[in-house]
Amino acid sequence: MDFVSILSIFVLACFVGYYVVWSVTPALHTPLMSVTNAISSVIVVGALIAAAAAGSASSKWLGLVAVALASVNIFGGFAVTARMLAMYKKKERRDA
Amino acid sequence: MREAAATPAWVLLAYLISGVCFILALRGLSGPESSRRGNYTGMVGMAIAVGTTLAVHQVASIAEIAGAMLIGGGIGLITARKIQMTAMPQLVAAFHSLVGMAAVLVGAAAFLNPGAFGILDPARQILQVSRVEMGLGVAIGAITFSGSVIAFLKLNGNMSGKPILLPLRHVINLSTLAAILGLIAYFTQDQAPWVFFTVAGLSFAIGFLLIIPIGGADMPVVISMLNSYSGWAAAAMGFTLHNSAMIITGALVGSSGAILSYIMCRAMNRSFISVIAGGFGGVSASADAAAIDRPYKRGSAEDAAFLMKQADQVIIVPGYGMAVSQAQHALKEMADKLKAEGVRIKYAIHPVAGRMPGHMNVLLAEANVPYDEVFELEDINSEFAQTDVAFVIGANDVTNPAAKTDKSSPIYGMPVLDVEKARTVLFVKRSMGGVGYAGVDNELFYRDNTMMLLADAKKMVEEIVKALG
Repeated sequence: MDFVSILSIFVLACFVGYYVVWSVTPALHTPLMSVTNAISSVIVVGALIAAAAAGSASSKWLGLVAVALASVNIFGGFAVTARMLAMYKKKERRDA
Repeated sequence: MREAAATPAWVLLAYLISGVCFILALRGLSGPESSRRGNYTGMVGMAIAVGTTLAVHQVASIAEIAGAMLIGGGIGLITARKIQMTAMPQLVAAFHSLVGMAAVLVGAAAFLNPGAFGILDPARQILQVSRVEMGLGVAIGAITFSGSVIAFLKLNGNMSGKPILLPLRHVINLSTLAAILGLIAYFTQDQAPWVFFTVAGLSFAIGFLLIIPIGGADMPVVISMLNSYSGWAAAAMGFTLHNSAMIITGALVGSSGAILSYIMCRAMNRSFISVIAGGFGGVSASADAAAIDRPYKRGSAEDAAFLMKQADQVIIVPGYGMAVSQAQHALKEMADKLKAEGVRIKYAIHPVAGRMPGHMNVLLAEANVPYDEVFELEDINSEFAQTDVAFVIGANDVTNPAAKTDKSSPIYGMPVLDVEKARTVLFVKRSMGGVGYAGVDNELFYRDNTMMLLADAKKMVEEIVKALG
C-alpha cells in the first residue's frame, strides 16, 4: 500500500470514530475507555513481527516484552470491560 | 516497501475485517444491551489480527511468543478480575501506560531490525517517510507512557493530587516539544541511533513534565487525553507497518479520547489549553476562612430518614466522595427501603462526577442500581423543581449555584445540577471545613432548604438505612 491510500484509510477512520463515539451513551464512557484500551493493543501486531523475525536478537527481545505488555492490555482490557458491562441491568419487572 | 507490496490480498482483507470488528465493538456501546455483543466482536477482531500476523510471518520463536502472551494475559486476567470498581481510573491509567510502552518498544525494534518490517529502501536505509512515522510513534508512545505513570500515581494516591508547579515550566515544555520535533525532522537526514534514542528520552521527560502540574480534579480530562494519545501512537505505528487494522484502531481510539476530553472540558467550562497548562485545584485559604462563620442547619440520620420517607420523589446526586467511602452498596439499600415506602428514586449524574468519564455509572451498576433509574445532567435538571428531596452524597462543586450567579467564581459558567430547586436538599459531607476541588465555598450549605448531614458518606447512609427500619 502506498502512503496516500494508507492516509485515506486513516482519515476516513477518524471520521468513523468521530460519529461512532458520539453515539456512545455517557453511562458507558468508562467501558468505552477500557475497551478502546484493549483494542489499541492491536499494536501487538507490530510486537509479533519483531518477536517472530530472525536476524536481530535485541529486536526480538524488545518485541517479546512488547508482546507481553500488549497481552496484559488485551486480556485485561476485554475482561474488565466484560465484567463492567455485565453489571448494567434494567429494572426488574414486578410481574416477571 | 517491496515486502509490503508482496503481502497477499487475503492478509490485507483480514486486517480490514479486524478493523471493522473494532468499529462494531465501539458501535455496540450505544446501549447496554448491544454493548456485551460489541465486546465479543472486539475480541474476535483482536484474534483475527493476531492470527493473521502469526500466519503470514515466518515465526522463529513461537515458544517465546506463547510464553510472553501467557504471562501478559495471565497478569491481565487476574488484574481484571480482582480490581475494585472504585479503582477503575487507576487501572485505565496503568493500561494506557502499557500501550505507550509497547509502542516505544515496537518502534525501537523496527529501528533495530527494519528489514523484518519491510521498511528498507534499495540502499538498505530506512525509508524517509517511515522514519518520520517511527519517530512520531515513539514520541507519542513515550509521552503516553510517562504521562500515564504520573496519572496513575496521582489517582492511586501514591503522589499528591495537588498540582506541582515548576518555575518556567511553560518555557521548558515548549522548548522540549520543539526539540523533539526538530530531532524527528533531523532523523530523516541522519538515521544515527543517538537521534532516535534522544527523541525517545526527551519524550519520556515531557510526559512527566506535562502531567505533574495538573491537579487531581482535572484527572477526567487527563485520562481521556492519554486515552487519545495511546490511539495516535498505535496509528503512527500502523503507518510504519502499513497495517490497516492498526491505523483504523488508532484513529478510532484517538478520536474517542479526544471526544471524551472535549466532553469533560465542556462539563467543567474550561478550555483544553487551560487544563493542559495546569495549576487548577490549588486550595485557596481565604475561601476556607470565610466559610466558617456562616450559620447552617445540621440534621441527623433520623431527620433525613423522616424527610425522605414523606417524599414522592428523591433524586440522589452521587460524586467522588461516594466512591472514596465505597457507599454505593449502602446507598442502593437505602433506595430499596425508600422504594418499599412508595418513594420514586432517581439518580442524577454530572459528567465530571468521579475521576473518569462514566465512573459513577459503573459504581451504581456495580451496586445493582438499574441503569434506567440513572440520568444525565441535561435529562434530569428540569426535574429538581418538582422533587421533594435532593440527596447529595460526595458531590460538591457540581451542585454549586455560584456557577450560575457569581461571575467572580472560578467555576462560573460550569453546567451544574439545580439541586437547590428541590424542596429540601440533604447534603452528606464529612465536615464543614473542606471545600470542593475548585477551592470555592458552596453557597448551597447555608440555604434555608438545605440540611447538612456531617459524617462519612457510608456511615451516614447506613445510619439512615437503620432509621428507615
